[in-house]
Amino acid sequence: MQRVVLTVAKNLPLTPLIYEMQLVGDVSGITRAGQFVEIALDGLYLRRPISVCDYEEGRLTLVYKVVGKGTDLMSQMAEGTELDVLTGLGNGFDVDYECRKPLLVGGGVGVPPLYRLTRDLIARGKEVSVVLGFNTESEIFYAERFEALGAKVIVATADGSVGIKGFVTDAIRESGVEYDYFYSCGPLPMLKALCSATTTSGEVSLEERMGCGFGICMGCSIMTANGAKRVCKDGPVFKKEEVIW
Amino acid sequence: MVRDLSVELCGVALDNPVIPASGTFGFGKEMSEVYDINILGSISFKGTTRDARFGNPTPRIAECPSGLINSVGLQNPGVDAVIAHELPELRKIFRKPIIANISGFSIEEYVECCSKLDKEEQVAILEVNISCPNVHNGGMAFGTSPESAAAVTRAVKAVTTKPVFIKLSPNVTDIVAIAKACEEAGADGITLINTMLGMRIDIARRKPVIANKMGGFSGAAIFPIAVRMVYQVAHAVKIPVIGCGGVATAEDVVEMMMAGATAVQVGAENLRNPYACKEIIEELPFVMERLGIEKLSDIIGIIE
Repeated sequence: MQRVVLTVAKNLPLTPLIYEMQLVGDVSGITRAGQFVEIALDGLYLRRPISVCDYEEGRLTLVYKVVGKGTDLMSQMAEGTELDVLTGLGNGFDVDYECRKPLLVGGGVGVPPLYRLTRDLIARGKEVSVVLGFNTESEIFYAERFEALGAKVIVATADGSVGIKGFVTDAIRESGVEYDYFYSCGPLPMLKALCSATTTSGEVSLEERMGCGFGICMGCSIMTANGAKRVCKDGPVFKKEEVIW
Repeated sequence: MVRDLSVELCGVALDNPVIPASGTFGFGKEMSEVYDINILGSISFKGTTRDARFGNPTPRIAECPSGLINSVGLQNPGVDAVIAHELPELRKIFRKPIIANISGFSIEEYVECCSKLDKEEQVAILEVNISCPNVHNGGMAFGTSPESAAAVTRAVKAVTTKPVFIKLSPNVTDIVAIAKACEEAGADGITLINTMLGMRIDIARRKPVIANKMGGFSGAAIFPIAVRMVYQVAHAVKIPVIGCGGVATAEDVVEMMMAGATAVQVGAENLRNPYACKEIIEELPFVMERLGIEKLSDIIGIIE
C-alpha cells in the first residue's frame, strides 16, 4: 500500500453511468491486475474503493459506475483535480497460473479489472477469450478495446440487443468457447452461477462493503473454505474452490 | 525547546499518549508495513474473546456524516490463538508495552481471558470491554448498570496482577455512576468511550444499511460527546482515564487531555487515514509549542 496524490487527467463517460478516469502520478504501488485503489473524497468519511482497470508508469485508468454519493462526486471531477489515493490494495489475480486458454468473464462494472488482466495474459502468450455481460446495448463498454488487445470477445446482453441473449453463462455454453481456467469479476449472482457452470478451476474477484480497505477493521470479512478472510486484504480475488456460496 | 510527550498509566511509562484503539489496528501487522509502529505510545489490540468468532453478517459498515457505523461483532481468533500466534508476531514488530483488549459474554469468559493474558510478558495493561451483552442476563450489556460493571471488574481483578482498565459504553444514562462503581470494585483505570449505538437506512432499498440493523457509531462526529464524558468521569474518579472517541488530530489529543485523559486512543481515523497516529504524534510537539505546553502531562485535567 502506498498513499499518493494523483491528478485527474481525463474523466469522461463511456455510457450514461460508466465513467473512465485517467489519473497521473506515482502509481508504482500497483503491482498486479485485479488490485484496487481507495480514494478520499471531500465530505465523505470513508475512502471509496475502485478497481484498477489499467496502469503504466505514471498513469492509472479507473473505470467506475456512478452508484452513490462517492462515485457521483468522482463523475463531476474536472481535469487537474488532485486526489488523495491509497494504491496497491488487495491481492490481484494470479496471472502466472499455469493455463493455456484462460477464459475471462466480466459482468457490468466487473469488466474493468479484466482489461489489465487480458493485457498481462496476452503478454504471457496465452490464448485469451473474454465473455462480457451487460443488460443492454447502451450499457456496453470496452468490448472493442479487449479485441484490440488480441482477445477473442463474446458479448452477452440480458435483453439480446447485442450478441448472445442471456447471461454470461448462456454465452459460454452457446459459444462453445474452449478454456482451461477462468478469471471473473462481476455481481455475486453471476459469479455464483459461473462457478457452478464451469468445469475448470478459476478465480473470482469479490465485492463487499469495506471500512478501511487495508485489512485492519474486519468490515469486509467473508467465511471461506480456508476460514475467515478479508475481501480487502486477503482478496478481493479468491480461488473458486475457496468460496462458500 | 524539547517537548516532553511522555505520560504514565498506573506505573506504565509511555513515550507519548497516542494509542490506536482496539479494532482499528488489528494486531499491528498490517500497519507495521505502512510505518514503524514503535513511534506509538502503546497499542490496544483487537478485542479478544475466549472462543474464535467470525462475527456478524455483512454489510458490517455504514458511512455517516463525519463517521461510520460498524457491526463487526468482535471477529477474532480467540484468546489461545492470540497468545500462540498474534502476540509472538506483534513482539517482532513492536517492542513497547501493549494493552490487551478483552471482551466476553459472561463473567467466566472475562475471567478466563484476563487471567491468560495477564501472564503475557508484553501485556502491560488489561483493557476490559464491558459493552458486550451478558448472555446470562437477557443480553443486557455489562456496561449498562453499575452493578454488572462492578461485578466484571471485581471478578477480573481477583485473577490478575496487571493494571485493569474498564472500557465503558457511552450508551448509558449515568456514565459517572458506572465509572465510580468500577473504581470501587478495584479498577485501576477507565477507558472511555466505546462506540455510540447507531443505525442507517438505505431509503431506496427500504432496508437497514447494516445486516445486523444497528451498530457502533464512531468517528469525528462523536468527539464532543467523548470529551464531555471523559471530563465528567475524570473529575469523578481518582484513577487514570484513557480518552477515546473521534480523536483525529493532535489538537484533539490536547483537548482530550485537558478534559482529564492521561492517554488518548485514536480509533476510526485509522480507517480513513492509515497514517493518522503517526501524523498526530509528529504534529504534537508543534501544537504544544504553539500552545505553550512544555510537558504534555501538565495539562491533564486542567479544565476545572
